[in-house]
Amino acid sequence: MRRLAAAALGAFASLAAVADEIPQAERRSGFDAMSAETRAMQVDDTANPGLLWVQDGADLWTRAPASGRPACAGCHGEAATLRGVAARYPAFDEASGAAIDLQGRINHCRREHQGDPPYGHESRELLALSAYLGFQSRGLPIAPPRDPRLDPARAQGAALFRERIGQLGLSCAACHDDNHGRRLGAATIPQGHPTGYPLYRLEWQGLGSVQRRLRNCMTGMRAEPFAYGSAEFVALERYLMDRAAPLPIETPAVRP
Amino acid sequence: MRRTGPHETAGKATRLVLTAGCLLAVDASFAGATDTRRPPIAIVGDAIPAPLTDTPGDPARGRAIVADRTRGLCLLCHAGPIPEERFQGDLGPDLSGAGSRHTAGQLRLRLVDGRALNPDTIMPSYHRVDPSPRVGAAWRGKPVLEAQEIEDVVAYLATLRDDTREGPAR
Ligand code: HEC
Ligand code: HEC
Repeated sequence: MRRLAAAALGAFASLAAVADEIPQAERRSGFDAMSAETRAMQVDDTANPGLLWVQDGADLWTRAPASGRPACAGCHGEAATLRGVAARYPAFDEASGAAIDLQGRINHCRREHQGDPPYGHESRELLALSAYLGFQSRGLPIAPPRDPRLDPARAQGAALFRERIGQLGLSCAACHDDNHGRRLGAATIPQGHPTGYPLYRLEWQGLGSVQRRLRNCMTGMRAEPFAYGSAEFVALERYLMDRAAPLPIETPAVRP
Repeated sequence: MRRTGPHETAGKATRLVLTAGCLLAVDASFAGATDTRRPPIAIVGDAIPAPLTDTPGDPARGRAIVADRTRGLCLLCHAGPIPEERFQGDLGPDLSGAGSRHTAGQLRLRLVDGRALNPDTIMPSYHRVDPSPRVGAAWRGKPVLEAQEIEDVVAYLATLRDDTREGPAR
């Protein structure tokens, strides 16, 4: 009986509709659906609280680590030379043979080139440096790398996006492909593009990474969130960036 | 996403009952299916005609469950005649008049396992332990609503007639 049950449930799953991806011309940032006040807060650098983290990031960029090895600027020079990086990450990492996101790359540099322990997820330092790097790409269109070595991560991310998970049996696609623009209680469901991370969320009263956002969505689905820094999250990030291109980078964005 | 009402998909539900394997499968995954004191939950056509419990549903308790965003979650997706709750959702149809459009048995199946009617629906199956992976620790092995809560919600929905804005059926 159990085996029968499993077989029948498998048939159920395969019946689930394959969600349609949003065509490029119809892709919209969550920015567009925000109130005029919140939009104004994002675009005015004197009002956008995320700029405080960008400023911290600029300091960290030039500060030598405790190990006495070079600061980020010691190897990379002006941060402006990294314009475009945030628009193409996650990228393929030769050393690990897997996809790596921008936060992972920052921590990799810290470990390998600066001989210092990696920053904690959602730590002020990691958010500040990634906000600073994202800020260098502000306004640039998201430009996914063509690297075929990223294909496994892309495929995994796309599958995770469509999988029903958690007690409520919802998928990311159920909300962000099929029901964007509708109201889920008080919130308008956005298309779910990671254009502005790390971003300042009024509800958080602080800056947060895209993984923090995804963990919020997963908790809402009554699902066990993936761990910070997990391969699943990097794969989802890769897919989300493909799905969002060519929307411009907004880091640091503001969201309700 | 396909949006089909229970009536259009009634054929699918009937096939579920007629195909022995599927009927067993659906039964085995219902919450409380292991409770041998009660007969298994039986889908007949597009409905579950028999109440899940012996205690009749209480419409007032049902209304409280529907209004509660952390229990019923209904108003996240539906609007309904519950004026004190602002910010109601619009992913599903307005619940006003649900009791005119459906029998209690149809409402019961829609709540217990709406996917038996429409496999693509995003409405959670409230009394079927969801087969989806990665259920959060606090929810693992549990249905969204217990059998008595389902009966309470069914009793409340049955009071939502097209000819009333609020309150019991006339
Ligand atoms: C039940 C609906 C629902 C599900 C399921 C869901 N989300 Fe969301 N998501 C939302 C809502 C609503 C927001 C906006 C929250 C707000 O602004 O208050 C959001 C925001 C986002 C954002 C941020 C967009 C921006 O403009 O900053 C991303 C990215 C995202 N979701 C991705 C995902 C992924 C990936 C999954 C699956 C793991 C997922 N979501 C599952 C409803 C959902
Ligand atoms: C995640 C979204 C979601 C949640 C949560 C949800 N529903 Fe639904 N519901 C829907 C959708 C979408 C439909 C439309 C039919 C379909 O998709 O099969 C629907 C259909 C219905 C119908 C049939 C309506 C009609 O007139 O045909 C009833 C009754 C209903 N829901 C009651 C409830 C109740 C009561 C709750 C909470 C205990 C609830 N729903 C929670 C999304 C939801």
